[in-house]
Amino acid sequence: MDATGIGLWGVPLAILGGAIRVSTPFIFVSLGEAITERSGRINLGLEGTLVFGAMAAYAVAVMTGSPWLGLIAAAFAGLCFGLFHGWICKFRGVNDIAIGIAQMLFGSGLAFFFGKPFIQPSAPDLPAIPLGAWSNIPQVQAALDVNVLFLIGATLAVFLWWAFRNTRAGLILRVVGDSSDAARAMGLNPDTVRLIATGIGGALAGIGGAYLSLYYPGSWTEGISSGQGLMAVALVIFARWNPLGCFAAALLFGGAGALGPALQSVGVTQGYYLFYAAPYILTLIIMIATSSPSRSLAGAPGELSITK
Amino acid sequence: MTDTVAGAGVPATFGARGYPAALEWIARRAEAFVIPLAALVVGMALFSLFILAVGKSPVQLYETMWRGGFGSWFSIQNSLSRSSPLLLAALCVALPARLGLVVIGGEGAIVLGGVAAAAIGVVLSGAPSFIVILAMGVAGMIAGGIWIGAVGALRHYRAVNETISSLLMAYIAIALMNQLVEGPLRDPASLNKPSTHPLADVYRIGNIPGMEVHWGLAVGVLACVLSWVLIEKTRWGFAARIAGGNVRAAQVQGLAVGSLIVGFTGLAGAFTGLAGMLEVAAVQGSANASLAAGYGYTGILVAFLARHNPLAIIPVAFLLGGIDASGGLIQRRMDLPDATVLVLQGMLFIVILFSETFYGRFKAFNPDLWQRSS
Repeated sequence: MDATGIGLWGVPLAILGGAIRVSTPFIFVSLGEAITERSGRINLGLEGTLVFGAMAAYAVAVMTGSPWLGLIAAAFAGLCFGLFHGWICKFRGVNDIAIGIAQMLFGSGLAFFFGKPFIQPSAPDLPAIPLGAWSNIPQVQAALDVNVLFLIGATLAVFLWWAFRNTRAGLILRVVGDSSDAARAMGLNPDTVRLIATGIGGALAGIGGAYLSLYYPGSWTEGISSGQGLMAVALVIFARWNPLGCFAAALLFGGAGALGPALQSVGVTQGYYLFYAAPYILTLIIMIATSSPSRSLAGAPGELSITK
Repeated sequence: MTDTVAGAGVPATFGARGYPAALEWIARRAEAFVIPLAALVVGMALFSLFILAVGKSPVQLYETMWRGGFGSWFSIQNSLSRSSPLLLAALCVALPARLGLVVIGGEGAIVLGGVAAAAIGVVLSGAPSFIVILAMGVAGMIAGGIWIGAVGALRHYRAVNETISSLLMAYIAIALMNQLVEGPLRDPASLNKPSTHPLADVYRIGNIPGMEVHWGLAVGVLACVLSWVLIEKTRWGFAARIAGGNVRAAQVQGLAVGSLIVGFTGLAGAFTGLAGMLEVAAVQGSANASLAAGYGYTGILVAFLARHNPLAIIPVAFLLGGIDASGGLIQRRMDLPDATVLVLQGMLFIVILFSETFYGRFKAFNPDLWQRSS
């Protein structure tokens, strides 16, 4: 087989590679949101956290020259956003969904405010591992050039899946998410647990943002995230709050996001913008297909306002 | 939280606790004014701290903001122009909120309303201007109404969360607009900025006499007043409030909750689609990517700040239109990024939502508690 002329096989290969590349932020945001939602709160503000994380990571990486410091900065910024959400939502009458919308706007606004000077300079990238080095086909190599964060995300998904069932922390999280009253009866403070869960969720979303600006697409622009944070929230519902499901769904969404560029690479340019919208349409279809007015969602945390 | 404080009804002639009835009547209503105003002041104070932290003068900032948005007849007209799409975009949030729904995808209705209006304007080119403008308005309203009405229908018939679906549909709408504007509807003469064919001048909407503000402002104010009448003075508005409080109770009462939800979301989308039509007919002259200018998102803030009361939307939209309008001046005079205004809006939004927790906590606003203290 000719190494470069793999023709239409390039499309599924590019989608696979794209799925791995595009899915990583989805993995982190959805795992973070899964932790938050398991505690009974929903944080729609992760979209803003993602954008701010992307900016913070890029800015710190430019200034220090280290992408890892950028990653830590993004996680810390995300933690702060998450803790703020967790704290403010404990007050009576403060709606978690509305605060999320506000944080979506606030996080993006703050990121644009501080990110202005960093649109031009270039930052060092996070490293990738060439898992496709065994092949001499460039497309295969390109598809399997896997970033370390993807592998960390995959490991984290498995760990969380295990931890939700088998650890004390996982049990506490699920009890608080299913019934505040039961949690109080056990001597737990639901507000504290939710504060921590939302904080961790924010930190993971910040890491997702760092991936966006430091690896793929790999630069800081104001349009860096167009709804990935929000789609990740929808994806958690589709994945039934199961971390392994989140991982699989993230791959699926990544593949959908890679569809447009993959088709374009083999010369299909018709309807480019519609393919670009594929992940949104897919999310919507999945939400329609998996919701039902007559029964509540299986596996939904009982305290979650979105499913009530 | 989406419901405003329920009115206590017609004031009685005497107070049950020995206080003048008028005082009790004022106290009950003062809460809805005092708490948002206090939140506004606190939000601006916090923003002052932020501006201090980045090494600029908050005094100069607010002075510049005043000058850029409200200080002269010129800047007031500019603010009014910007507030007209906000009036309509805020209704996209406020009307569904009456049913307890949080719809945040108004941007999609604006964009599609604008594209539909521009397409009709080009197709009907040559017809009398009155008919064309009317048809453009109707097209914009239908496009927006279907788009947001679908969100309501999905909510009621499939239990799809309306907050997420409306925002997803906004992204889809923007992609659809790009596809149409760069494809079948594109004017080949628009090179750098793909646009639809420009509207002939006779089909453009002009200014209100004596002002540099287009008629969209009057349309927006009218839409807010009509929405207020709908919500407060009709049985549909009453039914919507019942359904927003408790869907089961409303169904037991025999209310057609599905029709209410689709009707309210559809109407909300129609108003917002009209905002897109006005942007095309009065401002841009054609449909292009400038339609997605963020009015739909600022509209969310306007609606929450007005506590989803359509009459309160009018002054709040003017306030935020003015803040928006001053963004350019702040950028030039103070060497701050144009996102400064976004930061202020985000802070105000969070503080306003936080202020929800103070409703019903102050004895001064609740005459029923007065006797116990004195």
